Amino acid sequence: MDNPEPTTVEAVEQGPSEQQSLPLGFVRGEPVLERPEDLYIPPEALEIMLEAFSGPMDLLLYLIRRQKMDILDLPILQITRQYMEYVELMRELKLELAADYLVMAAMLAEIKSRLLLPKAPSEDEEELDPRAELIRRLQAYEVVREGARQLDDQPQQYRDYFVASAATDARTWAEQAPPDVSLAELSLALSRVMQLVNVQAHHQIKREALSTRERMSRILEKLSQCARLDFVELFDLSEGKAGVVVSFLAILELNKEGLLVLTQAEAYSGIYISAKSEVSQPGEATLR
Amino acid sequence: MINEKQLKQLVEAAIFTAEAPVTLDQLLTGVLANFSMNKPRLRQVLDQLQEDYKERGVQLVEVASGFRFQTRAELGPALAHMWSERAPRYSPALLETLAMIAWRQPVTRGEIEAVRGVSVSTQIMKTLQERGWVKVVGHKEVPGRPALYATTKAFLDYFSIQSVVDIPALAEPPESDTRERDNKEVSESGHE
Repeated sequence: MDNPEPTTVEAVEQGPSEQQSLPLGFVRGEPVLERPEDLYIPPEALEIMLEAFSGPMDLLLYLIRRQKMDILDLPILQITRQYMEYVELMRELKLELAADYLVMAAMLAEIKSRLLLPKAPSEDEEELDPRAELIRRLQAYEVVREGARQLDDQPQQYRDYFVASAATDARTWAEQAPPDVSLAELSLALSRVMQLVNVQAHHQIKREALSTRERMSRILEKLSQCARLDFVELFDLSEGKAGVVVSFLAILELNKEGLLVLTQAEAYSGIYISAKSEVSQPGEATLR
Repeated sequence: MINEKQLKQLVEAAIFTAEAPVTLDQLLTGVLANFSMNKPRLRQVLDQLQEDYKERGVQLVEVASGFRFQTRAELGPALAHMWSERAPRYSPALLETLAMIAWRQPVTRGEIEAVRGVSVSTQIMKTLQERGWVKVVGHKEVPGRPALYATTKAFLDYFSIQSVVDIPALAEPPESDTRERDNKEVSESGHE
């Protein structure tokens, strides 16, 4: 983009003079070079050129640079004439593309006409220079154009570089890690576990507290104090279901071992319990 | 604790496996969270890694979003043969528009047009936004409230730079008086 002119155009326009023109063309406002005056460009070459220019500012900068001029010395008459000739050719080739170029042509024509008018007396010369606005724009555009060029020179993804990456199985590790849990959820889960522990602990303690074997001893103890007891008297209701069950198991166990006797006068009547030993020999009881 | 060699290996592996460029902070609070590390120390490690990779086909570079490994720029044309699709080429018009936004952001479409001397094509603005290089960051309080465009980190990353000032031509801020006049002109002409 730096040198938009195709070689054919350059050859026709500037020819060999371009190569040895270094000492020429630097005279302020008046380039010594006469050759750029001609402007025959083959239509095909022009089309290529027009595509190379990104807009009227680009074309204008090209024309100025071709004259080896400083933007600040903008030779408006010369440039305007050349610019118009290009635009004329453009209109013949690509009408729609010329629209933006025509706006610039109008601006150049306006500046030119103002320059041709006699100068009004003024103190501030810079403010009055009709070219100032265009020069400012050209300078800004030059920055942007150069910026675009430098940007294009930067390494670009998929064109110059590709992002490198490595495979890892770290993700599977990450997935195995427990997901983030809020403190509330965590304490809820903990309370559930605690409940479970409580239930288990409770159960075990009951077993300890309500050992069937121990209950058997206590029943036997009671029976040793009074010969005959009502079945119901052997239960301590304050112990709850578990206590009742343990007592019942103890009674069954004692009965099985022949250590007590269960008696019932008739169906549905009260059951009475008495120690076996009083009735018969312990040896007999166990043997039975 | 972790020794110097392991530290370098860990940082290298973390950058390689991350899905996007990694910042120093991300490294410090991420993979290095359990090791007492600080920024200057991590910088040193990264400098060493960069040095280690200097002559390799893959290099450690710092872009706007952080550190990443990427292939050497010179290898691009050869590497491109690995894929059937061609690398995108951007027109001078698109690049100039992008450069203009980078240089004078936040900037309106009218301001871009004023400098470039051509109407900014809707297609270009669409492409720039689709690429995630440019986004609307607000609206200028002038008639029509034109959108203000700015460049993104994705733009800097794509062009392998950390900041707009890495582009020498765009490093110099635009002259303020120039800018003011531009803005005035834009608002007066009622662009957008």
